[in-house]
Amino acid sequence: MIFSKYLFFILSFIAIYAALKVLISKKPMHSVLYLTLTFFAIGGHYILLNAQFLAVVHIIVYAGAIMVLFIYTVMLLNLNIQGEFPKSRLAKFASAIAGGILLFTLIAVFRSYDLKVLADPSLNQIGLVKNLGKILFQDYYLPFELSSILFLAAMVGAVMLGKKDIY
Amino acid sequence: MPNLQIIPLDYYIIFCSALFAIGVVGVLVKRNALVIFMSIELMLNSANLLLAAFSAYRNDPAGQIFVFFIMVVAAAEVAIGLALLVMIYRSTHTIDINVLNKLKW
Repeated sequence: MIFSKYLFFILSFIAIYAALKVLISKKPMHSVLYLTLTFFAIGGHYILLNAQFLAVVHIIVYAGAIMVLFIYTVMLLNLNIQGEFPKSRLAKFASAIAGGILLFTLIAVFRSYDLKVLADPSLNQIGLVKNLGKILFQDYYLPFELSSILFLAAMVGAVMLGKKDIY
Repeated sequence: MPNLQIIPLDYYIIFCSALFAIGVVGVLVKRNALVIFMSIELMLNSANLLLAAFSAYRNDPAGQIFVFFIMVVAAAEVAIGLALLVMIYRSTHTIDINVLNKLKW
């Protein structure tokens, strides 16, 4: 149990460090790779929460599909040559302060509620594929089928936008 | 019933808030449209993780189903967004968002 606490801190540190490096890195390719590291750390968090279905889906969708899409786009657009477009120092300073204020506000809002812990996440079974699949195909069957239509629309849209002579 | 050995829920709240704030700062600081897109993904992920944490700590599977659907929508959104980005690059030969200010005023 103590071990899982250490694991939480290690994973959180990796995730936040990589997320900061996404912003700090000059080259978009490095940003993409650090973003992948963040995704893997968040996948570890899902396993820590005993949400195995979500962990697997997260790794497949984010670290698999979305990462590949991003890398393809970076390579397609030759962005590593173009580099980054610097913003003024004042704008950077202002946005850093705005982000910090947002962080404190979020934490203060959450802390003002009395959040009751009803279950031990390392013991409950709701995140397993069997239990989640039962709920998904009983209570959420219509949204699940509708999401396939969404995917079809997204695919058609992406092909349409990717064509060369539409304008 | 809740023993003291488990990770407090507050830790997840602080961690996810920090990740969300980093995403917001990324959207505000960067001018590269691709990196802004990545920051949006970061924000989506932090919201997902917090939903999953609440679901696991309160024994309610609906939260994790919600996270699954958010992931589905995010995948579709990335596909469309990157196609748009490629199209913008094709017509303006840059992905600096300051060039795309025709709808600003």
